[in-house]
Amino acid sequence: MTDSSTVLIDAQGLRKVYGRPGDKAGFTAVDGIDFQVRRGEAFGVLGANGAGKSSTMRMIACVSPPTAGSLRILGYDSGADGAKIRARLGVVPQDDTIDTELTVRENLLIYGRYFGLSWKVLRERSTRLLEFTRLSEKADDAVATLSGGMRRRLTIARALINEPEIVLLDEPTTGLDPQARHLLWERLFQLKQDGVTLLLTTHYMDEAEQICDRLVVMDAGKIVAEGAPAELIARYTLREVLELRFAPGERQIMTDKCRGLAERMEELPDRLLLSTDNGEETLSAVHRQGVQPLTALVRRSSLEDVFLTLTGRSLLD
Amino acid sequence: MTAMPTGAPAGNPVRPGRAWTMVERNLMIYRHTWPVLLAEIFEPMLYLLAFGVGVGLLVGDVPGLGASVSYPQFVAPALLATAAMNGAMNETTFNMYGKLTTDKTYESILTTPMSVRSVALGEVFWALVRGAIVATVFLVVVSIFGLAELPGALLVIPSALLIGFAFAAMGLLTVTFLRSWQDFQLIQLVMLPMFLFATTFFPLSVYPRAVQVFVEVLPLYHSVELVRAAFLGTGGGYPAIAVIYLAVLGVVALAIAVRRLEDTLRP
Ligand SMILES: Nc1ncnc2c1ncn2[C@@H]1O[C@H](COP(=O)(O)OP(=O)(O)O)[C@@H](O)[C@H]1O
Ligand SMILES: [Mg+2]
Repeated sequence: MTDSSTVLIDAQGLRKVYGRPGDKAGFTAVDGIDFQVRRGEAFGVLGANGAGKSSTMRMIACVSPPTAGSLRILGYDSGADGAKIRARLGVVPQDDTIDTELTVRENLLIYGRYFGLSWKVLRERSTRLLEFTRLSEKADDAVATLSGGMRRRLTIARALINEPEIVLLDEPTTGLDPQARHLLWERLFQLKQDGVTLLLTTHYMDEAEQICDRLVVMDAGKIVAEGAPAELIARYTLREVLELRFAPGERQIMTDKCRGLAERMEELPDRLLLSTDNGEETLSAVHRQGVQPLTALVRRSSLEDVFLTLTGRSLLD
Repeated sequence: MTAMPTGAPAGNPVRPGRAWTMVERNLMIYRHTWPVLLAEIFEPMLYLLAFGVGVGLLVGDVPGLGASVSYPQFVAPALLATAAMNGAMNETTFNMYGKLTTDKTYESILTTPMSVRSVALGEVFWALVRGAIVATVFLVVVSIFGLAELPGALLVIPSALLIGFAFAAMGLLTVTFLRSWQDFQLIQLVMLPMFLFATTFFPLSVYPRAVQVFVEVLPLYHSVELVRAAFLGTGGGYPAIAVIYLAVLGVVALAIAVRRLEDTLRP
């Protein structure tokens, strides 16, 4: 698997420091990260707000120069051959940057022109991509009339206009309703089936678990873990989690009583999480201690718990 | 959808984006919003009607220009030069600031093979295309009213292009310094006095020498002189100075602006 021809993105010691007025040292958003993305895989970057996900994505998209480290994409150096790399990437930025002065189809056409594609090719491709993203009916509408999910799909259609080998998606489903998210995921699966390499950032666990073959967890500019979702869950958590909620007045007393009942305990603002190999057994132990939770729930450990274990924080705070 | 290729893009080789594509984008937009361009053409004509004809009835010929020049003949070229300036400046300041900040248009364009330089040059190109359209229509109208001597006055078109280039580049440089929409009032603070003083409505000879020196360094003054020379078929060797002044101004401003934009757009 280390065959260099299958490694499409290779980052070594990658850093990004933003200069800030009046601050000579600058602000380190990405603090020396190493990772590799292989052909055909869906690779995730998981992290809370401010972890440095977007900064990483912008460096890979060759729109933001790295401050230090080496970054090779499709065999090219990101600094020296940015335009060559960008010609073969599809980019879905965190905030939709659709051209609001143009119609849906015009957005695809002009974007393709930036790649130097001919009008003839673009007419055919735009029709096909509007179909692919279920936007054919909206082809001649102003983009202002699109819903959030449609705008996102248009951004994805636009990112595919040059038939890219790698598609970068920065929080593709943030802010979308469940139905729009599922449609989008389904389209991403299709892309993956077609052999496109996907690199996406997210702070949604279910998204990471469903789509990503492999992922890195980022925190404060550093990679704190790397692996397949199931692997990470097995490595960093016990099998199950017992979630307890208490009446506000009793929280502290109840929490203290639970200490020692589980191998790991995490206190969140609204609930207490006990990691355990057997949730039901732990719940019985809790009851034996005289603890009376408002609600108790046993569930399988997830990436959310991995994140909690690694950073001590919840992803969505 | 048919299978996406997993290897190198098949069929059509991908060429790097070129500056001209920015013009194509603007043409696409203007298919929806062409009335904006009409407004730009009518503005100088309204000025011509109000000042040229109105004031012209009061003052008769303008002194100090050799041949007898009526007031409308005196004002028309200045208005055209001003229209070329405003069209170009608006494009690279007002419109471009919106695209840089609110719309994030360039952010998405720069994820393609387009370079910052292509984008900047493209926007300047577009300002020139617009300027050429406005200047041509204006020239046709004033020729119908006998205010310009064709075919000599055709030199007005390349003059308007040069003026458009210089001011589009100046605008591009200016936009890299803007901090908020409020700063546009500062631009107005410079543009309006320049419009009033740059021999638009009065010949240079009416000012005291101190003011004349100040007027003579204004880029709009050189623009007006250039267009006036083409309109009236006068000028002798002078326009050469104006051409060099505007060309150097434009090239230097453009070079600095592209460097500064690179920092803004690729943080
Ligand atoms: N252009 C920039 N200039 C200065 N600081 C920035 C810039 N972009 C991001 N940052 C800072 O870098 C940190 C990481 O940001 P980002 O990469 O957007 O994180 P994420 O996408 O994971 O939320 C944040 O603290 C953010 O404020
Ligand atoms: Mg982000």
